[in-house]
Amino acid sequence: MEHFFNISVITDNFTYFMIGRFPHGPLGGVGLTLYLAVVSCILSFFGGLILGLLSVSRFPAVRYPALAFINLVRGMPLLMVIFWMYFLLPALFGKIAENNTVIMALSLFTSAYMSRIIVAGIDGIPKGQTEAATSTGLKSWQVMYYIVLPQALRNMIPSFVNQFVSLIKDTSLAFIVGVSELTHVATQINNRTMAFPTEIFAFIAIVYFILCFAFTSLSRWLERRLSWSKAI
Amino acid sequence: MLNYTFDWSIITSGQYFDWLLSGLITTLKLSAISIVLAFLLGLLIAVMRMAHSKTVRWFALAYLEFFRNTPLLVQIFFWYFGSYKILPTFINDWLNETGFEFAAAAIALTIYTSAFIAEDIRSGVLSIPKEQMEAARSAGFSYLRSMQYIILPQAVRITIPPLVNQFLNVAKNSSLAMTIGVMEMTYQARQVESYTFKGFEAFTAATVVYLALSIIITALVNLYNEKVLNVHKAA
Repeated sequence: MEHFFNISVITDNFTYFMIGRFPHGPLGGVGLTLYLAVVSCILSFFGGLILGLLSVSRFPAVRYPALAFINLVRGMPLLMVIFWMYFLLPALFGKIAENNTVIMALSLFTSAYMSRIIVAGIDGIPKGQTEAATSTGLKSWQVMYYIVLPQALRNMIPSFVNQFVSLIKDTSLAFIVGVSELTHVATQINNRTMAFPTEIFAFIAIVYFILCFAFTSLSRWLERRLSWSKAI
Repeated sequence: MLNYTFDWSIITSGQYFDWLLSGLITTLKLSAISIVLAFLLGLLIAVMRMAHSKTVRWFALAYLEFFRNTPLLVQIFFWYFGSYKILPTFINDWLNETGFEFAAAAIALTIYTSAFIAEDIRSGVLSIPKEQMEAARSAGFSYLRSMQYIILPQAVRITIPPLVNQFLNVAKNSSLAMTIGVMEMTYQARQVESYTFKGFEAFTAATVVYLALSIIITALVNLYNEKVLNVHKAA
């Protein structure tokens, strides 16, 4: 117990925690965590938009499959989605890099949640807007594209940021398929040094906390700002 | 891919069925223990969050923010690998004897979920008109007693649907316990895959189980909303 909290295991490996072997090797650590989160966030925004629009379609043949798919994914643990992707993607498309498998799994999983945010945002726009736009002669896709979505998306920004925070946390699961993001780097260092698990896992918990809390605060600030500008 | 032959019989009977079933039981056991403990802890944190003392409020807020903004997986690793340094020796000894994997997963799930439940309870409490509290206080109840007898019983009624949904989240989140060797549903599906190379069947079985859980629970929440909360509104 003489070294209750050994800080040197953190300071010695600090660069490795932050960026992995980059620039002499592949990006890892916090850098890869953020990369996975950002790419998955962008992909799942479009995935969620498509799924969301399909799930409010007028045609039951489109609406029901979309709803079934969304609920299927929402009913599964993310880990299960990762295993499915890990198992299915190589079978369907041949060899795929682990990073991309994880990005696909995260994007698919988050798309299902994003679609719900987008549907809620569309529902939040008063019916009068749609009616007014339709009566000026716009087609239904034009009403959606020019009138409803621009307003709805703006209101959804705080929810998107929250989803991004969830994504940062979810990237830790990439560790399971051997992607060297922050959690994987931590287990590597833990296996190598053996004696400092408390320090290592407390440290990465704090790193994740700083990342996520920054974005959570941003989302709250945006929410206040948006509700303030709406009130005027 | 194209020469994959399906063999559903391996998961519907025999040894692999037993594995999957024991996985389901472990998942349910782990989730049930965690949700009950998380509810109690969440209740405590929610009350602290609304306390008069600034220090207590600040502590509750720090707890909430920290555990909500940290990945569950990291929390599981922390309790599993790292908690021996901060726990007393006799607890460590007891945990090592009883199989620490399950306990570590339960601790992590409890603490993680309690932070979410505390916020659910708090919004339930905030939805109770504040005159209720004023009336209780002027009738001579202390703050804690007003909470206990007047506010919480009403708030919990409203909070039940989000709580049941949290149970669903716990059931899904408990899949992460496989990383430290708890043999729950996902672990067993993986196990069946690696023994039989029948990944499609094994993962389908696990997916169907999780889906069935979520369908049953969602149906229960809808029923409760319809029958109980609407009756309440109409009265």
